[in-house]
Amino acid sequence: MAKRDLLGTEGMTSDEIVAILDSAEAFREIAERPVKKVPTLRGKTVVNLFFESSTRTRTSFEVAGKWLSADVINVSGAGSSVSKGETLLDMARTLDAMSPDCIVIRHQASGVPQWIARHSNASVVNAGDGAHEHPTQALSDAFTIQQHKGRFAGLKVAIVGDILHSRVARSNVHVLTALGSNVWLCAPPTLIPPAVEALAGSGGACLRVTHSMDEAVADADVVMMLRVQFERMNESFFPSTREYARLFGLTPQRVRRARPDVAVMHPGPINRGIEIDDTVADAPCSLILDQVASGVAVRMAVLYRLMAGA
Amino acid sequence: MKLVVRHGRLLDPARELDEVADVLIDGGRVAGIGVFDDPGLPSVDAKGLVVAPGFFDIHVHLREPGNEEAETIRTGGEAAVAGGFTAVAAMPNTEPAVDSASTVQFVASEAARHSPARVFPIGAISQGRRGEKLAEIGEMAAAGIVGVSDDGHAVMDARLFRRALEYSRIFDLPVIQHCEDADLASGGVMHEGAVATRLGLKGIPSSSEDAVVARDLILAQVAGARYHVAHLSTAGAVGMVRRAKERGIAVTAEVAPHHFTLTEDAVATYDTHAKMKPPLRTAADRDACIRGIEDGTIDAIATDHAPHHASLKMLEFDSAPFGVTGLETAVGLAMTRLDLPLTRLVELFSTNPQRIMKVDPWGLFEGSAADLTVIDPEREWTFDASRSRSLSRNTPFDGWEFTGKAVATIVGGRIVHGEASGAVRTGAGGAVSSRPG
Repeated sequence: MAKRDLLGTEGMTSDEIVAILDSAEAFREIAERPVKKVPTLRGKTVVNLFFESSTRTRTSFEVAGKWLSADVINVSGAGSSVSKGETLLDMARTLDAMSPDCIVIRHQASGVPQWIARHSNASVVNAGDGAHEHPTQALSDAFTIQQHKGRFAGLKVAIVGDILHSRVARSNVHVLTALGSNVWLCAPPTLIPPAVEALAGSGGACLRVTHSMDEAVADADVVMMLRVQFERMNESFFPSTREYARLFGLTPQRVRRARPDVAVMHPGPINRGIEIDDTVADAPCSLILDQVASGVAVRMAVLYRLMAGA
Repeated sequence: MKLVVRHGRLLDPARELDEVADVLIDGGRVAGIGVFDDPGLPSVDAKGLVVAPGFFDIHVHLREPGNEEAETIRTGGEAAVAGGFTAVAAMPNTEPAVDSASTVQFVASEAARHSPARVFPIGAISQGRRGEKLAEIGEMAAAGIVGVSDDGHAVMDARLFRRALEYSRIFDLPVIQHCEDADLASGGVMHEGAVATRLGLKGIPSSSEDAVVARDLILAQVAGARYHVAHLSTAGAVGMVRRAKERGIAVTAEVAPHHFTLTEDAVATYDTHAKMKPPLRTAADRDACIRGIEDGTIDAIATDHAPHHASLKMLEFDSAPFGVTGLETAVGLAMTRLDLPLTRLVELFSTNPQRIMKVDPWGLFEGSAADLTVIDPEREWTFDASRSRSLSRNTPFDGWEFTGKAVATIVGGRIVHGEASGAVRTGAGGAVSSRPG
C-alpha cells in the first residue's frame, strides 16, 4: 500500500475531513482517563522534526504520539539547510536511515514537507511550512467548532489578522469552505495576499474579504483571531500596533456585534491587548483552551490514520 | 580549407534571401553562393534543411570567472553550439564582475582558446554591479564589449541609469536592463498571484517589472540612447515597449523561451527548476509575450541561460538560486511552441540579435564569417538533460519533445556541432567531424 501523508488541507473533501474529526472524537476521551495510554501505535516511531521554534504544536504531537504508545523522537533543526551546506535530499536520506514510520515536520520555508514526502519512505505530516499550510491546526479548529456548534454549513466564520503570512488562515480557509461555512477574511489590504478568493474550493462556499472589522464580526458565529507576527513586521504593513489594535483588535464592543453565542478562537500564542482584548480572551465565549485540547485529539487521529490504517 | 553546404534552403532576412542553393566556404568565410558541384570538395548535404546566418543568443551566463562548478566558457560554448548558436553574449555578473577592460579581455581570450561558439562580452554598467558609480565603459568598449548591463538586478538609481544611457551613446552601445524594482520584488521567489498565495510563497509582482520599464523608457527617450529590455515577462511591459516603438523610442526587447512556454503553474510542486527571474507569470502574460514575438514588438529570443550546480537547486524553494539553463532547448521550444514563419524565426535568433548588439554582421553573403546554423524543421527529438553539454542540469524542459532542431552549427567554416545520424553528412565520404579538412 502506498504510504500516506498529510501535507495540507487544500483539496480535502468534506468526507475526508469529517472522517478525521470522527476519529478525533473517538480519541478525545483518552484525555479523561486515569491512564492516558492505548497500545494502538506500539512499535511505531514518530520523528518530530522542528526547524522553527514551537511549543504547543510540538508538544501536542508528542503527547498525541505517546498516548498512542508510539516512540516519539524530538529533533530540532536550526536555520535553513542552505546555511549548513546540506541539501534537502541529504536531510531526507539522513532521516530515512533512522527508519521512522512518520515524520512530523515544521519548517520556515513553504514546500519543505512536500519535498521530504517525495524523498522519504515515512509518512509525512506537515506541522507548519512557511506561509503555506498548517493542516492539523485547521483540523483542530474545525473539531473545536464542531464541538460547540454541531455544524459547519452556513456558519459565518471571520478570520482576522495577518492573512498574508498565515499558514493557519490558508489551511482553515480550505477546511471551512470545504465544509460549507461562509468565511470572511479581515485585515488591512497590506496583509491580504493577492487573489486570495481563489483559495475557496469549488464547493460553492463563500469566501469574502473585508477591511472593516465591524463588517467581519457582524452576526459572526465564529471569530478566529490571528497573532500579529511581530517577527515579520520589519516591513511597514501598518503604521503602529496601536493603530492596528484600534482597527482590527477584538474588543468587547465588537464581540457584541457578533451572534450572542459567538465562539472566539485564536491559534496562539496571544498578543493580549493587541489583536485581542484581555477580557475577550478570558471570557466564556473564548475557546482558546478548547483548541489546545482539540489539538491532541486531532493529532492522535491523524497519526492513527496515517500509520495504523483507515 | 573549403567546405560546401549543398542544396539547403538559404534564409537570410537581412539580405531578403530565400532560395535553394549551395554555400561555398573557404578560409572561414563565405566564398560564394550558387552552384558548387565539384565532387572533390568536402561537403554537407543540407537538402531539405534550412541554412541560416548563425544564431546569436544575446543573454547567457557563462559563470566564468568565479563559478566554474556551474559552467565554464568552454562548456557554455559547447552547449551553445549544441543548441544551434554560433555566438553568445556573456553577461557580466561573474565573480569578479566583468566591469573593467582586463576582465573583458579575460573572457574574450578564454573564449578564443576554449569556446567553440563566439563569445561577445557584455560589460557591467556600474563598478562591481553595485549600482553606485559607472564602470569604465569606454575602456571596456575598446576591449570589445557589445553592450552594458548590471543584469541579475536592475540599476535602481534613476540618476545613475540616466547617465549610463547618456554615456553609452559615445560608443553606440545598448544599455541592457534587468527590469525589476528591487524594493517591490524584495524577498519574492515567484510571480505574485493566485499560485503564490496558495503555495505560501512570497511574490514578485508584475509591477516590479513594469515600473522599471516605464521609468527607463522615459529616461531612454530623454537621453536618446539605445535601451534594451532583457528577459521581458509581463503583458504590461509588452504593451509599453509596443507603444514606445510607435513613438520612435530606440527600444528593443528580448523574451526568454521559458516565458513564452511556461506559467506560474509550473511552480505548483515547489519545483526549483521553475524558479527564475523574472518569474514565470500568468497565462495572459505568456500569451502577451507570444503576441509580441509575432507582431515584432519583441525583437529577439534570448535564453537567459543561467546554470547552477545541482546541489543548489536541491534546497527549499525559498533558498534555491534563480535561473534555468536554456541554450540547448531554445530553438526546439521556439519551433515547437510558436507558430512562426521560418524567416521570422531567423530574425529573432540571428538578424535582430546582430542588430541590437551592432556586431560586424554575418550571414549568407560573400565575405561574411562562415557562421551558419542548419535547421531541420521536421526533426522530432526529445531533450535529455542528463546528456546536456552544459555543466549544469537545472532545466524545466527535461524530457520535453520537440519538432525542429539545429542539426549542424558551423563557426568560422568549421562544423562545431553536427548530428551523427542525421541528414547532414559529408559528400566526399567520411562522417561529419568537428574538425573537417
